[in-house]
Amino acid sequence: MKDWRYRLADQRGTLIALALFLLMFTIYIANHPAGLTANVAQTAANKGVLLAFIAMAQALVVITAGIDLSVGMIFLLTNCLASWIVVGAPVPTALGVAGVLIAGMVCGAINGLLVIYGRLQPIVATIATGAVYFGIALLLRPFPGGSVNEDLADVFTGKLFGVVPSSLVALAAVVLLVWLPFRRSEIGRAAYAAGSSESAAFMSGVPIRRGKFAAYTLAGLLAAVGGLFLTFFTYTGEAAYASGNGYTLWSIAAVVLGGVSLYGGKGSAVGAIFGAFAARTTGDMLFVFDVDPLWQPLLQGIVLMLAVSIGAFGLLRVRNRLEWFG
Amino acid sequence: MSEMAGRISGRFPRLIRRADPAVVTAFGCILLLLLLGSLYSSNFLSLDYLLQQLKVASFLGVIAAGMMLVILLGHIDLSIPWVMTAGAMMACAAAGFGAVGAALAIPFGVLCGVAFGLVNGVGVAYLRIPSMIVTLATNVVAQGLMVVYTGGFSPQDSAPPAVRWLATGFVVPGLPNAVLVWLAVSGAMVFLLGRTSLGRTIYGIGNSERAAYLSGVSTRRVVMIAFAVCGGLAAFGGILLAGYSSKAAQAMGDAYLLPSIAAVVLGGTSILGGRGSYLGTVAGVILITLLQSILSVMQMPEAGRQIIYGVVIVAMLLFYGRAPASR
Amino acid sequence: MDVAPIFRMEGISKRYGGVRALENAALTVAPGRIHAILGENGAGKSTLIKVMAGVVAPDEGRMTLEGREVKFASPSAANEAGIVCIFQELSLIPELTVADNIVISNPPKRFGMIDRKQQRRIAEDALARAGAEDIHPLALVKDLPLSRRQMVEIAKALARKPRILILDEATSALTAADVSKIFAVLKRLRSEGLALLYISHRMNEIAELADECTVFRNGRNVATYAAGTKSDTEVVELMIGREYSHIFPPKPPRIPVDRPPVLECRNLSWADRLNDISLTVDAGEVVGLGGLDGQGQRELLLAFFGVLRGLSGEVLIDGKPIRISSPAAARDKKIGMALIPEDRKTEGLMLPMTVRENLSFAALDLLARGGVINRGAEEGLIDEMIRLLAIRTAGLDIPVGTLSGGNQQKVVIAKWLMRHPRIILLNDPTRGIDVGTKQEMYQLLRRLADAGAAIVFYSTDYDELIGCCDRVLVLYEGAVKCELAGDDLTERALIASALDIDDRDVALRARMGA
Repeated sequence: MKDWRYRLADQRGTLIALALFLLMFTIYIANHPAGLTANVAQTAANKGVLLAFIAMAQALVVITAGIDLSVGMIFLLTNCLASWIVVGAPVPTALGVAGVLIAGMVCGAINGLLVIYGRLQPIVATIATGAVYFGIALLLRPFPGGSVNEDLADVFTGKLFGVVPSSLVALAAVVLLVWLPFRRSEIGRAAYAAGSSESAAFMSGVPIRRGKFAAYTLAGLLAAVGGLFLTFFTYTGEAAYASGNGYTLWSIAAVVLGGVSLYGGKGSAVGAIFGAFAARTTGDMLFVFDVDPLWQPLLQGIVLMLAVSIGAFGLLRVRNRLEWFG
Repeated sequence: MSEMAGRISGRFPRLIRRADPAVVTAFGCILLLLLLGSLYSSNFLSLDYLLQQLKVASFLGVIAAGMMLVILLGHIDLSIPWVMTAGAMMACAAAGFGAVGAALAIPFGVLCGVAFGLVNGVGVAYLRIPSMIVTLATNVVAQGLMVVYTGGFSPQDSAPPAVRWLATGFVVPGLPNAVLVWLAVSGAMVFLLGRTSLGRTIYGIGNSERAAYLSGVSTRRVVMIAFAVCGGLAAFGGILLAGYSSKAAQAMGDAYLLPSIAAVVLGGTSILGGRGSYLGTVAGVILITLLQSILSVMQMPEAGRQIIYGVVIVAMLLFYGRAPASR
Repeated sequence: MDVAPIFRMEGISKRYGGVRALENAALTVAPGRIHAILGENGAGKSTLIKVMAGVVAPDEGRMTLEGREVKFASPSAANEAGIVCIFQELSLIPELTVADNIVISNPPKRFGMIDRKQQRRIAEDALARAGAEDIHPLALVKDLPLSRRQMVEIAKALARKPRILILDEATSALTAADVSKIFAVLKRLRSEGLALLYISHRMNEIAELADECTVFRNGRNVATYAAGTKSDTEVVELMIGREYSHIFPPKPPRIPVDRPPVLECRNLSWADRLNDISLTVDAGEVVGLGGLDGQGQRELLLAFFGVLRGLSGEVLIDGKPIRISSPAAARDKKIGMALIPEDRKTEGLMLPMTVRENLSFAALDLLARGGVINRGAEEGLIDEMIRLLAIRTAGLDIPVGTLSGGNQQKVVIAKWLMRHPRIILLNDPTRGIDVGTKQEMYQLLRRLADAGAAIVFYSTDYDELIGCCDRVLVLYEGAVKCELAGDDLTERALIASALDIDDRDVALRARMGA
């Protein structure tokens, strides 16, 4: 086989997610009354990037065979924090942005420490830390409010050169600055190895702990970027429990749609981004088809159910029933 | 006669010897909480307060029982919130159909929960989709159905008298019916897990589904049944909750997903499946309910409650819920 | 020994709980030599190697590398010192590519990132050195068959530029062609001055490769000698520490019966692993499956037990064709089949569950009425089985994982005997258990056969097949190569047909190393 076929196979999950998203987006645009204008693209991008950041965060942790159920709460916490400190003159604003990002990293690092050194199961550890992070968010904003440096917010939510949605550019920048270095580094490979087979990774002398810790910490960072953008969109901070929970749950769905295996070791955060976009476009599609808004959640659920069931067709090819059990 | 005595004495030390340190710790924490609470106010030791807490705990208790079955299998059910809500709404809706409807309200609500559970079970057991993701999708579908239902035509959402009676009435004076219901569910769970082949099989699958399958057990059917029971119990818990608050509301289930998982795990059940005792789950449920109640009586704001709640769970897990060291 | 040793270990002891794995063991390794380590399963070889490779920390003892005392805190520490081990259980990461795996412990870097071009070059180079150029560096390890993975494992070890290379049963999954390639590589490494430690059960491999041999027994080294100075019989006696005979029960003479065979299959094929297999097993008969590991024996047993889908051909029980679609159907009273699976730790037992729960797990349907377990009946049947198999356990309510390997395997067998099966399939049941238990198992097999069971017995140990079976079918690439019985059932014939070569060449080939 030629190299490109292996490279293609490696990216299969991501490409399927991309295809799924493009298909849905095309249908959406084709039926949109305005077509593909810069404004339509901007609105779609701004809706999509929030979940995309959270899904990237989730993907990092899922790759290590873990799960982060606190990611939505970190998102809320950083949103509430940003509504306090990302204000004022350029310098305080910049410091505020740094503070928000650091706060997210600290949250992620705490998760990582509990899982790696506390040897707690990720699912329960992050349920608990999620409660703590939500509590802190609530402490910061008992009631919705606050403000943000609106100039900065408008830069990140507007259009670059009047065409390209700047939120997409920011997303691409994060992929380039955070995801790719991680993916290409020894630490990132350690995260994949730990997710694929922790015992084999240990025997091979892979720095498992550093890899996992980096994954959890960067997940916190990405969730904080999401929180920052939420603040840019809404100009306020709000500790809305249902919203945080919803983002956590949809991030898992996006990750799976994006071809990242919940069993770890396989997939890419880029796939998770497309998974997130695809999930978001479902809702928009129903809108352009003039579906009664009441029916939208149900149809969205059914689409999600069908999407996750597609993988089951692989079962028909299983000829040794023991393979059912992984 | 002597043989009988021998068996009893033979069994009793075993019970103590086999007592799970996690269960003992959880009950210890309950006592500690009550003690701390009583320093704040002697009310915490009054019978009325304790019974009130048991009543509140019973909703979570019924839901956590089902969650425990699924966790013992090494799976998880994230569809609890809307399956609960759907069960409660359907029971209230059925009550709108005259006397027959009122009589069948509770069974109908539970049946709806079982139906959602079956969808989960088929997805996990037969389609081999990770439980986390199937149940997530089921949750969204259940939510969608309920949104359509409540939006389409004006629903009957106030709880029928039978449901209210079940949640708040008294058969035994002083002992709320909800607690009796929880006791009954608990008795059934202890029997199921301890004495039946289904219970044994659930533990077996949780430890190694491959080994269970090669032992000639229909593992897929057992997984499906467990999810169905979990769905049914979640719906039943929702119905009780609706009876308690006298109506079924949209977001009523949101606050029950994470506590139900936390209760099971705090009770010493391994989230990876295969290990845990029902007594521990009871302890976990009481512990969580008590913690929430004491914090709210102390007029701790919601933010502080959440933080303390999370920190306590982490602390307890660090104390006894850790995986063994790798080397 | 005429060369100065490079590595020395002395007084090494290691205990796991109450079990002694190593007791005051010693070993000396010299550069430019291939040193074979022999011993039964559980003799301490694996633990010794794990100590050397930094996977396990010893309780006592000291190790010196070129005269300096060393301690390895982790496998990577041992690697840095130049000790690289190819483990029996593979250390490859399934979701990563071959190239990723080869450089995993120390990837080449540029600007802090992994240099993929350089990585590719290293991988190609290492694969070529291992004689495995056919493996593509970008292939995912999980997509490779076991024999290719083992070659990758060897390439990965070579890429670390070891000074001491340890091979622990590294050839067990390889094809004959690969084995000869590896042997050429190992000989070249020897001439380059590497110290090689070679662990294998295959005497012919050791005869071809080794310069000196050390025999381990009960956790300590009992003899070290120059290769070729002891006969196979002497070596085996050193390994088991006593006369090597009379451990198999006598085989009763076969009386032809006119009943149809209990188990029969005709033209059974599955995927590319089973190829037109026909066989019959009568009541009271022990039929062995032989051949090299991985020639379809395991698949055949799984096919009978209803695990495989898409079978072609026929399976007949008592002469009647039947389709078995699950283990649940196979164990049903009408068929009465039992399978002692390959891996007792993941397929046979639920290790954290109690002895009691494991014993009755496959018979719950018989012990329960209306789904409720009859504890009295359970207790009775368990007592019977514990007595029958002489299972040594501190109690019924302790986790089965705390028992010794032999007793765990007895529990697996007992859990099936509780159903009184008519057909018993055994998948290499004596692997990794002690000699005493093995003997008990041979006796048990014969007793079960005498009581009327039809037994299919797959073993990787030729002596066992010869000693226990009435007939042996040798499989080669998923097909029955030949059937051996009576006086034709000899080690020579078994090896010859296992390797798919002419009988006359065997003696020669065995010396040459397959």
